[in-house]
Amino acid sequence: MYSGRLIGMALLGAMLGTAPIGSARAAEPPLKVGLLEDVSGDLAFMGMPKLHGSQLAVEEINKSGGILGRQIELIHLDPQGDNARYQEFGRRLLNRDKVDVLIGGITSASREALRPIVDRTTTPYFYTNQYEGGVCDASMISMGAVPEQQFSTLIPWMVQKFGKKVYVIAADYNFGQISAEWNRKIMKDLGGEVVGEEFIPLGVSQFAQTIQNIQKAKPDWLLTINVGAAQDSFFEQAAAANLNLPMGSSIKIMLGFEHKRFKPPALNNMHATANWFEEIDTPEANDFKKRWHAKFPDELYINDMGYNAYNALYMYKALVEKAKSTKLEDMRKVIASGDACIDAPEGKVCIDPKSQHTSHRMRLISVGPKHEVTVEKDYGTIQPYWLGEIGCDLTKKNDKDQYTPSHLPSKS
Amino acid sequence: MSAELFSVFYQFADVFAFLILSAAGLAIVFGMMGVINMAHGEFIMCGAYVTVGLVNLGVPLPIAQILAALTAGIIGMIVEFLIVRRFYKRPLDSLLATWGLSLIVTQSMLLIVGSAVRGIGTPEGSFAIGGYTFSTYRLVLFGAAVAVLAGLYIIFMKTRFGVVARATMQNAAMAKALGARTGRIYSISFGIGTALAGLCGALYAPTMTLIPTMGATFVVESFVTVVIGGANVLLGTAPAAVFLAIIRMALNASYGQIIGQIGMLFAVILIIRVLPEGLSSVLVRRGR
Repeated sequence: MYSGRLIGMALLGAMLGTAPIGSARAAEPPLKVGLLEDVSGDLAFMGMPKLHGSQLAVEEINKSGGILGRQIELIHLDPQGDNARYQEFGRRLLNRDKVDVLIGGITSASREALRPIVDRTTTPYFYTNQYEGGVCDASMISMGAVPEQQFSTLIPWMVQKFGKKVYVIAADYNFGQISAEWNRKIMKDLGGEVVGEEFIPLGVSQFAQTIQNIQKAKPDWLLTINVGAAQDSFFEQAAAANLNLPMGSSIKIMLGFEHKRFKPPALNNMHATANWFEEIDTPEANDFKKRWHAKFPDELYINDMGYNAYNALYMYKALVEKAKSTKLEDMRKVIASGDACIDAPEGKVCIDPKSQHTSHRMRLISVGPKHEVTVEKDYGTIQPYWLGEIGCDLTKKNDKDQYTPSHLPSKS
Repeated sequence: MSAELFSVFYQFADVFAFLILSAAGLAIVFGMMGVINMAHGEFIMCGAYVTVGLVNLGVPLPIAQILAALTAGIIGMIVEFLIVRRFYKRPLDSLLATWGLSLIVTQSMLLIVGSAVRGIGTPEGSFAIGGYTFSTYRLVLFGAAVAVLAGLYIIFMKTRFGVVARATMQNAAMAKALGARTGRIYSISFGIGTALAGLCGALYAPTMTLIPTMGATFVVESFVTVVIGGANVLLGTAPAAVFLAIIRMALNASYGQIIGQIGMLFAVILIIRVLPEGLSSVLVRRGR
């Protein structure tokens, strides 16, 4: 146990910022947390809340005594949405700064750029976004929601409510391609039909042709997994052309807060399944939002990435304190025991031992004509079960691979 | 059938308007004056942000758009006076200087205005033909593109300023010897160029997401249109836009946006290889 005096000094240290804390703590250097988030470039509007969430969690944890009594030193670098910079800065944090844990990355492309570099070290890596799922890698802990939590809930609901014909607009990189593959698989199981799929290069902002292709294909609803500020212009242009179709997505509303960025009714009739969105109205969530807005009064929206980034530090704290060690192998023993849980603002979330992905309480939300958000359905807690079902078991074997419905582990 | 025909025209008009509006300013600054203005996208962004800011203050959209173009023009003249003026004889250095300016401006906007600004929404209005519905505002954009071309023609071919400006661009020393105030000509021309960039941003502001790096989505299209158009704004940029718009529209419609983009850039490579001076070199020669 640590004495009250030590905690008092830690508090004092936190108040003094990064000032050294005194001779009693000289033997306990701070824990270094490396953070890679884009706060400039095209994805800055999403990355900024991620930085803020990390800063808020670090401040809170440091104020309440740190992790195992050690303060956290947050080292943030801005890769500006450039995958080569992700790799360069990742190497710098891992090899030069010797961080105890690496967190971050927005696009799946940046995560896949980082992962081989992390795999060569023994440093744990937290990826804090929802994504297309399937990464089976012992070095990586995923904090966001995955397709079995997002698509397996959303797509059947959309089919039941709006019809069996879907048109897909997806960003043309691994996230969009694999998400579209998930949609094909789930639609096939439901007996639905994908009447069109369009992959859009990042940075494209003009959609007149796409809008007409959609009208020609006559779908019942749209799956919009377009990414980035330029591609988001689709919503404004579709509304102006009076396209007027129901939309579903795994990244709109709670992640890109398009309903806050566009003038109503551009996002009318958009649906998504989310573990977090700022409109969640529970005592825990409201308390969290209050602390966030007190520290960052100008935040337009607390998105799910920022929320997951905040949780990642608390999950790291829980793992280190249960393992009484900052070593990845000791932390993974805690995960393997199934005891890696925290009480997050959404409720209790746990890391699944087989896949190292996180369970989430999922809700289906929809946007109305005035851009008001309503909860349509509460699914309760959903486990990240898919990787375990197809044979990924990180407690036994480290695959270091990303699986998709068409790329499954080889049966051995 | 007529619905299909109209839809083809509409798609062509849409791509054409995008190319002309994003390239018109650059055609003057780069095509005529020879300044490789890497901050072109930031003047577009400036027009978009000023428009949205004024609309939020209650100014009607068309007036806000005109004021935004004027603002970009005035800022352009200030930039010309402070920076660009020193680089007329060093085009490659002008690239570096304006690129630096572009980085400073985008990052400052990020720090001052923030990473995202709420949009103002496209003006109401859509119409239906056959099974398709179209946004009226896209046709307004096409009309604006045609008006910009007409305006440039009048300014540079029918006014005294235009004659002196063209003389200055061709041979500054001779024009000066004949009494033209070349410094002022350069300043006004640069101002017209950046005002047109601002107009592009102002016109597209209602239809897009506003972020500090939004200018980048226009820059590739504007440079390729000007480069394959060549030095003559009127006989180069307009045919280049028609040509690229047809290629891109046809490929977009048949094979989707990826092939559309690849195909357009491939056509650009071919043209630069065959006609290094751009399309206007052929058209102007024929015209003589």
